[in-house]
Amino acid sequence: MLRFSILVEHWDLYMQGFGHTILASVLALIGSLALGTIIAIFRIAPIRPLNWIGTAYVEFIRNIPLVLIVFVFFMGLPAIGIRFDSFTAGTLGLMVYTAAFIAEAIRSGIQAVPKGQMEAARSSGLTYLQAMRYVILPQAVKIVIPPLGNQFINLVKNSSVLGVIAGLDLMYFGDLISSKTFVTFDVYIFVALFYLVLTIPLSLGVGYLERRLLKAR
Amino acid sequence: MDFAGAYTPAHLKFLLQGFLVTLEVAFISIALSFIFGIIIGVIRYTKIPVLSQLLAVLVETIRNLPLLLIIFFTYFALPEVGLKLDKLYAAISALVIFESAMLSEIVRSGLQSIDKGQIEAARSSGLTYGQTLWYIILPQALRRMVPPIVSQFISLLKDTSLAIVISLPELMNHAQIINGRNVNFVIPIFLLVAFMYFIVNYSLSLVSRRLEYRQR
Repeated sequence: MLRFSILVEHWDLYMQGFGHTILASVLALIGSLALGTIIAIFRIAPIRPLNWIGTAYVEFIRNIPLVLIVFVFFMGLPAIGIRFDSFTAGTLGLMVYTAAFIAEAIRSGIQAVPKGQMEAARSSGLTYLQAMRYVILPQAVKIVIPPLGNQFINLVKNSSVLGVIAGLDLMYFGDLISSKTFVTFDVYIFVALFYLVLTIPLSLGVGYLERRLLKAR
Repeated sequence: MDFAGAYTPAHLKFLLQGFLVTLEVAFISIALSFIFGIIIGVIRYTKIPVLSQLLAVLVETIRNLPLLLIIFFTYFALPEVGLKLDKLYAAISALVIFESAMLSEIVRSGLQSIDKGQIEAARSSGLTYGQTLWYIILPQALRRMVPPIVSQFISLLKDTSLAIVISLPELMNHAQIINGRNVNFVIPIFLLVAFMYFIVNYSLSLVSRRLEYRQR
Protein backbone atom coordinates (compact mmCIF):
# COMPACT_ATOMS: atom_id res chain seq x y z
CA MET A 1 0.00 0.00 0.00
CA LEU A 2 1.27 3.46 -0.82
CA ARG A 3 2.28 5.54 2.17
CA PHE A 4 0.29 8.71 1.59
CA SER A 5 1.80 10.19 4.74
CA ILE A 6 4.93 10.85 2.67
CA LEU A 7 2.94 12.91 0.21
CA VAL A 8 1.19 14.83 2.99
CA GLU A 9 4.30 15.50 5.07
CA HIS A 10 6.39 16.65 2.11
CA TRP A 11 3.64 18.41 0.22
CA ASP A 12 5.59 21.72 0.26
CA LEU A 13 8.65 20.12 -1.31
CA TYR A 14 6.56 18.36 -3.96
CA MET A 15 4.86 21.66 -4.74
CA GLN A 16 8.20 23.46 -5.10
CA GLY A 17 9.35 20.82 -7.54
CA PHE A 18 6.03 20.85 -9.39
CA GLY A 19 6.17 24.64 -9.66
CA HIS A 20 9.70 24.61 -11.03
CA THR A 21 8.80 21.87 -13.54
CA ILE A 22 5.91 23.99 -14.82
CA LEU A 23 8.00 27.16 -14.82
CA ALA A 24 10.90 25.54 -16.70
CA SER A 25 8.48 24.02 -19.25
CA VAL A 26 6.61 27.27 -19.85
CA LEU A 27 9.76 29.42 -20.08
CA ALA A 28 11.43 26.91 -22.39
CA LEU A 29 8.25 26.77 -24.50
CA ILE A 30 8.14 30.54 -24.95
CA GLY A 31 11.85 30.68 -25.72
CA SER A 32 11.79 27.75 -28.12
CA LEU A 33 8.71 29.07 -29.92
CA ALA A 34 10.57 32.33 -30.59
CA LEU A 35 13.84 30.63 -31.54
CA GLY A 36 12.08 27.87 -33.48
CA THR A 37 10.08 30.39 -35.52
CA ILE A 38 13.25 32.28 -36.43
CA ILE A 39 14.95 29.05 -37.50
CA ALA A 40 11.91 27.95 -39.50
CA ILE A 41 11.97 31.31 -41.30
CA PHE A 42 15.69 30.82 -41.96
CA ARG A 43 14.92 27.43 -43.49
CA ILE A 44 12.23 28.58 -45.90
CA ALA A 45 13.33 32.14 -46.70
CA PRO A 46 14.46 32.49 -50.32
CA ILE A 47 18.04 33.23 -49.18
CA ARG A 48 20.53 30.39 -49.49
CA PRO A 49 23.01 31.11 -46.62
CA LEU A 50 20.07 31.45 -44.19
CA ASN A 51 18.75 28.06 -45.37
CA TRP A 52 22.12 26.50 -44.57
CA ILE A 53 22.24 27.99 -41.08
CA GLY A 54 18.68 26.84 -40.36
CA THR A 55 19.29 23.33 -41.65
CA ALA A 56 22.59 23.01 -39.78
CA TYR A 57 20.94 24.05 -36.50
CA VAL A 58 18.03 21.64 -36.87
CA GLU A 59 20.10 18.65 -38.00
CA PHE A 60 22.81 19.13 -35.41
CA ILE A 61 20.61 19.72 -32.39
CA ARG A 62 18.09 17.00 -33.25
CA ASN A 63 20.82 14.40 -33.43
CA ILE A 64 22.56 14.97 -30.11
CA PRO A 65 21.18 14.13 -26.65
CA LEU A 66 19.40 16.72 -24.54
CA VAL A 67 21.58 15.80 -21.56
CA LEU A 68 24.63 16.86 -23.55
CA ILE A 69 23.10 20.24 -24.41
CA VAL A 70 22.13 20.85 -20.79
CA PHE A 71 25.66 19.93 -19.69
CA VAL A 72 27.08 22.43 -22.17
CA PHE A 73 25.12 25.19 -20.39
CA PHE A 74 25.87 23.76 -16.97
CA MET A 75 29.58 22.94 -17.32
CA GLY A 76 30.79 23.87 -20.81
CA LEU A 77 30.03 27.58 -20.81
CA PRO A 78 31.16 28.05 -17.18
CA ALA A 79 34.54 26.64 -18.30
CA ILE A 80 34.94 29.77 -20.45
CA GLY A 81 33.56 32.07 -17.77
CA ILE A 82 29.81 32.19 -18.58
CA ARG A 83 27.93 31.02 -15.51
CA PHE A 84 24.29 30.13 -14.90
CA ASP A 85 22.52 28.64 -11.91
CA SER A 86 21.35 25.09 -12.52
CA PHE A 87 17.70 25.99 -13.13
CA THR A 88 18.65 28.57 -15.79
CA ALA A 89 21.17 26.23 -17.41
CA GLY A 90 18.56 23.48 -17.61
CA THR A 91 15.87 25.77 -19.00
CA LEU A 92 18.23 27.21 -21.63
CA GLY A 93 19.26 23.67 -22.64
CA LEU A 94 15.60 22.68 -22.98
CA MET A 95 14.93 25.76 -25.05
CA VAL A 96 17.81 25.20 -27.47
CA TYR A 97 16.87 21.52 -27.88
CA THR A 98 13.12 22.00 -28.31
CA ALA A 99 13.61 24.91 -30.75
CA ALA A 100 14.98 22.46 -33.34
CA PHE A 101 11.83 20.32 -33.17
CA ILE A 102 9.52 23.32 -33.16
CA ALA A 103 11.32 24.76 -36.18
CA GLU A 104 10.66 21.51 -38.05
CA ALA A 105 6.99 21.48 -37.05
CA ILE A 106 6.53 25.07 -38.21
CA ARG A 107 8.47 24.54 -41.42
CA SER A 108 6.50 21.47 -42.44
CA GLY A 109 3.25 23.26 -41.56
CA ILE A 110 4.12 26.19 -43.80
CA GLN A 111 5.20 23.88 -46.60
CA ALA A 112 1.98 21.89 -46.27
CA VAL A 113 0.09 24.92 -47.58
CA PRO A 114 -0.26 24.30 -51.34
CA LYS A 115 2.26 26.16 -53.51
CA GLY A 116 -0.54 27.64 -55.62
CA GLN A 117 -1.55 29.80 -52.64
CA MET A 118 1.78 31.63 -52.66
CA GLU A 119 1.74 31.94 -56.46
CA ALA A 120 -1.81 33.28 -56.46
CA ALA A 121 -1.03 35.78 -53.68
CA ARG A 122 2.15 36.96 -55.41
CA SER A 123 0.46 37.37 -58.77
CA SER A 124 -2.36 39.38 -57.20
CA GLY A 125 0.31 41.93 -56.23
CA LEU A 126 1.28 41.03 -52.64
CA THR A 127 4.97 41.04 -51.73
CA TYR A 128 6.57 37.82 -50.45
CA LEU A 129 6.26 38.99 -46.85
CA GLN A 130 2.66 40.12 -47.25
CA ALA A 131 1.76 36.82 -48.87
CA MET A 132 3.40 35.02 -45.95
CA ARG A 133 1.67 37.17 -43.35
CA TYR A 134 -1.86 37.28 -44.78
CA VAL A 135 -2.18 34.13 -46.88
CA ILE A 136 0.26 31.38 -45.89
CA LEU A 137 0.69 31.76 -42.10
CA PRO A 138 -3.03 31.89 -41.19
CA GLN A 139 -3.50 28.56 -42.99
CA ALA A 140 -0.29 27.06 -41.60
CA VAL A 141 -1.17 27.87 -37.97
CA LYS A 142 -4.01 25.33 -37.99
CA ILE A 143 -1.76 22.59 -39.31
CA VAL A 144 1.03 23.43 -36.88
CA ILE A 145 -0.91 23.50 -33.60
CA PRO A 146 -1.22 19.72 -32.92
CA PRO A 147 2.50 18.98 -33.51
CA LEU A 148 3.38 21.99 -31.34
CA GLY A 149 1.16 20.53 -28.62
CA ASN A 150 3.07 17.27 -28.88
CA GLN A 151 6.32 19.17 -28.54
CA PHE A 152 5.02 20.81 -25.39
CA ILE A 153 4.20 17.40 -23.90
CA ASN A 154 7.73 16.25 -24.73
CA LEU A 155 9.04 19.44 -23.20
CA VAL A 156 7.26 18.78 -19.90
CA LYS A 157 8.67 15.24 -19.83
CA ASN A 158 12.11 16.40 -20.91
CA SER A 159 12.19 19.04 -18.18
CA SER A 160 12.98 16.10 -15.86
CA VAL A 161 16.52 16.41 -17.19
CA LEU A 162 16.90 19.32 -14.76
CA GLY A 163 17.05 16.66 -12.09
CA VAL A 164 20.42 15.54 -13.48
CA ILE A 165 21.98 18.93 -12.67
CA ALA A 166 20.05 19.58 -9.42
CA GLY A 167 17.74 22.02 -11.21
CA LEU A 168 15.07 22.21 -8.47
CA ASP A 169 12.40 20.39 -10.52
CA LEU A 170 10.19 17.44 -9.54
CA MET A 171 12.96 14.91 -10.10
CA TYR A 172 15.33 16.91 -7.89
CA PHE A 173 12.81 17.20 -5.07
CA GLY A 174 11.92 13.53 -5.48
CA ASP A 175 15.57 12.76 -4.88
CA LEU A 176 15.64 15.10 -1.88
CA ILE A 177 12.53 13.58 -0.30
CA SER A 178 13.76 10.03 -0.82
CA SER A 179 17.09 10.84 0.81
CA LYS A 180 15.22 12.37 3.78
CA THR A 181 12.76 9.53 4.25
CA PHE A 182 14.89 6.61 3.00
CA VAL A 183 11.91 5.60 0.88
CA THR A 184 12.21 5.53 -2.91
CA PHE A 185 9.33 3.51 -4.31
CA ASP A 186 6.46 5.56 -2.88
CA VAL A 187 8.26 8.87 -3.32
CA TYR A 188 8.72 8.32 -7.05
CA ILE A 189 5.20 7.00 -7.55
CA PHE A 190 4.00 10.39 -6.28
CA VAL A 191 6.49 12.16 -8.55
CA ALA A 192 5.09 10.14 -11.46
CA LEU A 193 1.55 11.17 -10.54
CA PHE A 194 2.55 14.84 -10.58
CA TYR A 195 3.94 14.43 -14.10
CA LEU A 196 0.78 12.63 -15.23
CA VAL A 197 -1.38 15.46 -13.84
CA LEU A 198 0.38 17.68 -16.39
CA THR A 199 0.91 15.38 -19.35
CA ILE A 200 -2.36 13.39 -19.52
CA PRO A 201 -4.64 16.45 -19.93
CA LEU A 202 -2.19 17.85 -22.50
CA SER A 203 -2.21 14.55 -24.43
CA LEU A 204 -5.99 14.40 -24.39
CA GLY A 205 -6.17 18.01 -25.56
CA VAL A 206 -3.76 17.43 -28.42
CA GLY A 207 -5.62 14.27 -29.44
CA TYR A 208 -8.88 16.24 -29.51
CA LEU A 209 -7.35 19.00 -31.66
CA GLU A 210 -5.88 16.43 -34.05
CA ARG A 211 -9.23 14.73 -34.53
CA ARG A 212 -11.04 18.01 -35.05
CA LEU A 213 -8.49 19.13 -37.59
CA LEU A 214 -8.77 15.83 -39.45
CA LYS A 215 -12.53 16.31 -39.72
CA ALA A 216 -12.15 19.90 -40.87
CA ARG A 217 -10.14 18.81 -43.91
CA MET B 1 40.57 24.94 -23.54
CA ASP B 2 43.09 22.17 -23.92
CA PHE B 3 42.39 20.19 -27.11
CA ALA B 4 45.73 18.34 -27.12
CA GLY B 5 45.31 17.30 -23.50
CA ALA B 6 41.72 16.23 -24.02
CA TYR B 7 42.25 14.19 -27.19
CA THR B 8 44.92 11.77 -25.94
CA PRO B 9 44.74 8.18 -27.26
CA ALA B 10 43.78 6.95 -23.78
CA HIS B 11 40.84 9.38 -23.61
CA LEU B 12 39.68 8.56 -27.14
CA LYS B 13 39.78 4.85 -26.35
CA PHE B 14 37.82 5.47 -23.15
CA LEU B 15 35.16 7.44 -25.03
CA LEU B 16 34.87 4.74 -27.70
CA GLN B 17 34.39 2.12 -24.99
CA GLY B 18 31.57 4.25 -23.62
CA PHE B 19 30.07 4.61 -27.06
CA LEU B 20 30.11 0.83 -27.51
CA VAL B 21 28.05 0.47 -24.32
CA THR B 22 25.66 3.14 -25.63
CA LEU B 23 25.22 1.27 -28.91
CA GLU B 24 24.93 -2.10 -27.19
CA VAL B 25 22.24 -0.89 -24.78
CA ALA B 26 20.39 0.83 -27.63
CA PHE B 27 20.43 -2.26 -29.89
CA ILE B 28 19.32 -4.69 -27.19
CA SER B 29 16.58 -2.29 -26.06
CA ILE B 30 15.20 -1.61 -29.54
CA ALA B 31 15.18 -5.35 -30.41
CA LEU B 32 13.26 -6.28 -27.25
CA SER B 33 10.95 -3.26 -27.55
CA PHE B 34 10.18 -4.21 -31.13
CA ILE B 35 8.94 -7.65 -30.03
CA PHE B 36 6.84 -6.24 -27.17
CA GLY B 37 5.70 -3.35 -29.37
CA ILE B 38 4.36 -5.77 -32.03
CA ILE B 39 2.57 -7.89 -29.42
CA ILE B 40 0.95 -4.88 -27.72
CA GLY B 41 0.22 -3.16 -31.02
CA VAL B 42 -1.51 -6.25 -32.47
CA ILE B 43 -3.55 -6.80 -29.31
CA ARG B 44 -4.73 -3.21 -29.40
CA TYR B 45 -5.39 -3.36 -33.14
CA THR B 46 -7.49 -6.52 -32.85
CA LYS B 47 -9.26 -5.02 -29.82
CA ILE B 48 -9.13 -8.17 -27.67
CA PRO B 49 -11.59 -7.20 -24.91
CA VAL B 50 -10.31 -6.22 -21.43
CA LEU B 51 -6.66 -6.92 -22.34
CA SER B 52 -6.77 -4.27 -25.03
CA GLN B 53 -8.22 -1.65 -22.65
CA LEU B 54 -5.76 -2.52 -19.92
CA LEU B 55 -2.85 -2.16 -22.32
CA ALA B 56 -4.25 1.14 -23.57
CA VAL B 57 -4.16 2.57 -20.04
CA LEU B 58 -0.68 1.17 -19.43
CA VAL B 59 0.73 2.46 -22.73
CA GLU B 60 -0.75 5.94 -22.25
CA THR B 61 0.59 6.13 -18.70
CA ILE B 62 4.10 5.13 -19.70
CA ARG B 63 4.16 7.40 -22.73
CA ASN B 64 3.24 10.33 -20.54
CA LEU B 65 6.03 9.80 -18.03
CA PRO B 66 9.60 11.06 -18.37
CA LEU B 67 12.04 8.28 -19.26
CA LEU B 68 14.40 9.60 -16.61
CA LEU B 69 11.80 8.82 -13.98
CA ILE B 70 11.45 5.25 -15.26
CA ILE B 71 15.23 4.78 -15.13
CA PHE B 72 15.26 6.07 -11.53
CA PHE B 73 12.45 3.72 -10.77
CA THR B 74 13.99 0.52 -12.15
CA TYR B 75 17.32 1.21 -10.48
CA PHE B 76 16.45 2.86 -7.15
CA ALA B 77 12.83 1.96 -6.39
CA LEU B 78 12.50 -1.66 -7.51
CA PRO B 79 15.13 -2.94 -4.99
CA GLU B 80 12.76 -1.67 -2.28
CA VAL B 81 10.16 -4.20 -3.36
CA GLY B 82 12.76 -6.95 -3.65
CA LEU B 83 13.78 -6.66 -7.31
CA LYS B 84 17.43 -5.68 -7.52
CA LEU B 85 18.82 -5.06 -11.01
CA ASP B 86 22.39 -4.03 -11.80
CA LYS B 87 22.99 -0.82 -13.77
CA LEU B 88 22.99 -2.42 -17.19
CA TYR B 89 19.77 -4.37 -16.64
CA ALA B 90 18.07 -1.46 -14.89
CA ALA B 91 18.88 0.81 -17.85
CA ILE B 92 17.79 -1.76 -20.43
CA SER B 93 14.54 -2.54 -18.56
CA ALA B 94 13.66 1.13 -18.28
CA LEU B 95 14.36 1.74 -21.97
CA VAL B 96 12.39 -1.38 -22.96
CA ILE B 97 9.39 -0.36 -20.83
CA PHE B 98 9.37 3.14 -22.34
CA GLU B 99 10.17 2.19 -25.94
CA SER B 100 7.73 -0.75 -26.06
CA ALA B 101 4.96 1.73 -25.32
CA MET B 102 6.25 4.07 -28.03
CA LEU B 103 6.72 1.29 -30.60
CA SER B 104 3.32 -0.26 -29.88
CA GLU B 105 1.75 3.02 -31.01
CA ILE B 106 3.82 2.97 -34.21
CA VAL B 107 2.75 -0.65 -34.83
CA ARG B 108 -0.89 0.14 -34.13
CA SER B 109 -1.04 3.13 -36.44
CA GLY B 110 0.90 1.16 -39.08
CA LEU B 111 -1.70 -1.60 -38.93
CA GLN B 112 -4.55 0.88 -39.01
CA SER B 113 -3.11 2.57 -42.09
CA ILE B 114 -3.70 -0.59 -44.15
CA ASP B 115 -6.89 -0.33 -46.15
CA LYS B 116 -9.85 -2.25 -44.68
CA GLY B 117 -10.58 -3.63 -48.14
CA GLN B 118 -7.46 -5.79 -47.76
CA ILE B 119 -9.00 -7.61 -44.80
CA GLU B 120 -12.33 -8.04 -46.57
CA ALA B 121 -10.66 -9.39 -49.71
CA ALA B 122 -8.45 -11.79 -47.73
CA ARG B 123 -11.33 -13.01 -45.57
CA SER B 124 -13.62 -13.59 -48.53
CA SER B 125 -10.90 -15.57 -50.31
CA GLY B 126 -11.05 -18.01 -47.38
CA LEU B 127 -8.23 -16.94 -45.02
CA THR B 128 -8.94 -16.94 -41.30
CA TYR B 129 -8.61 -13.66 -39.37
CA GLY B 130 -5.25 -14.79 -37.96
CA GLN B 131 -3.95 -15.73 -41.40
CA THR B 132 -5.13 -12.44 -42.83
CA LEU B 133 -3.27 -10.56 -40.12
CA TRP B 134 -0.09 -12.58 -40.50
CA TYR B 135 0.16 -12.90 -44.29
CA ILE B 136 -1.65 -9.83 -45.58
CA ILE B 137 -1.79 -6.99 -43.06
CA LEU B 138 1.43 -7.29 -41.06
CA PRO B 139 3.85 -7.54 -44.03
CA GLN B 140 2.40 -4.39 -45.60
CA ALA B 141 2.23 -2.54 -42.31
CA LEU B 142 5.79 -3.47 -41.35
CA ARG B 143 7.13 -1.78 -44.45
CA ARG B 144 5.33 1.44 -43.46
CA MET B 145 6.61 1.18 -39.89
CA VAL B 146 10.30 1.14 -40.81
CA PRO B 147 10.89 4.91 -41.10
CA PRO B 148 9.18 5.83 -37.79
CA ILE B 149 10.97 2.94 -36.07
CA VAL B 150 14.32 4.26 -37.30
CA SER B 151 13.41 7.71 -35.90
CA GLN B 152 12.46 6.08 -32.64
CA PHE B 153 15.82 4.31 -32.60
CA ILE B 154 17.55 7.68 -32.96
CA SER B 155 15.65 8.98 -29.91
CA LEU B 156 16.58 5.85 -28.05
CA LEU B 157 20.26 6.27 -28.86
CA LYS B 158 20.10 9.81 -27.51
CA ASP B 159 18.07 8.75 -24.50
CA THR B 160 20.65 6.18 -23.35
CA SER B 161 22.57 9.24 -22.13
CA LEU B 162 19.94 9.63 -19.38
CA ALA B 163 21.42 6.49 -17.80
CA ILE B 164 24.16 8.83 -16.58
CA VAL B 165 21.99 9.26 -13.46
CA ILE B 166 22.70 5.65 -12.50
CA SER B 167 26.35 5.94 -13.73
CA LEU B 168 25.95 3.35 -16.45
CA PRO B 169 29.39 3.42 -18.15
CA GLU B 170 28.07 4.78 -21.48
CA LEU B 171 29.38 7.66 -23.58
CA MET B 172 28.12 10.61 -21.46
CA ASN B 173 29.31 8.96 -18.28
CA HIS B 174 32.80 8.43 -19.69
CA ALA B 175 32.83 11.99 -21.01
CA GLN B 176 32.00 13.29 -17.54
CA ILE B 177 34.76 11.19 -15.97
CA ILE B 178 37.32 12.77 -18.32
CA ASN B 179 35.81 16.24 -17.70
CA GLY B 180 36.31 15.70 -14.00
CA ARG B 181 40.08 15.54 -14.47
CA ASN B 182 40.55 19.03 -15.86
CA VAL B 183 38.08 21.85 -16.49
CA ASN B 184 39.92 22.72 -19.70
CA PHE B 185 38.88 19.39 -21.19
CA VAL B 186 35.15 20.11 -20.89
CA ILE B 187 34.52 21.95 -24.16
CA PRO B 188 36.80 19.80 -26.35
CA ILE B 189 35.27 16.63 -24.92
CA PHE B 190 31.69 17.87 -25.35
CA LEU B 191 32.46 18.81 -28.96
CA LEU B 192 33.85 15.36 -29.69
CA VAL B 193 31.00 13.56 -27.93
CA ALA B 194 28.42 15.66 -29.79
CA PHE B 195 30.18 14.77 -33.03
CA MET B 196 30.08 11.04 -32.19
CA TYR B 197 26.34 11.07 -31.49
CA PHE B 198 25.73 13.26 -34.50
CA ILE B 199 27.55 11.03 -37.02
CA VAL B 200 25.62 7.92 -36.03
CA ASN B 201 22.23 9.58 -35.64
CA TYR B 202 22.49 11.71 -38.75
CA SER B 203 23.41 8.68 -40.86
CA LEU B 204 20.42 6.85 -39.44
CA SER B 205 18.13 9.78 -40.18
CA LEU B 206 19.36 9.83 -43.79
CA VAL B 207 18.54 6.11 -44.09
CA SER B 208 15.09 6.74 -42.64
CA ARG B 209 14.41 9.61 -45.04
CA ARG B 210 15.58 7.47 -47.97
CA LEU B 211 13.17 4.70 -47.00
CA GLU B 212 10.32 7.13 -46.55
CA TYR B 213 11.00 8.65 -49.96
CA ARG B 214 11.09 5.24 -51.67
CA GLN B 215 7.69 4.34 -50.30
CA ARG B 216 5.98 7.24 -51.98
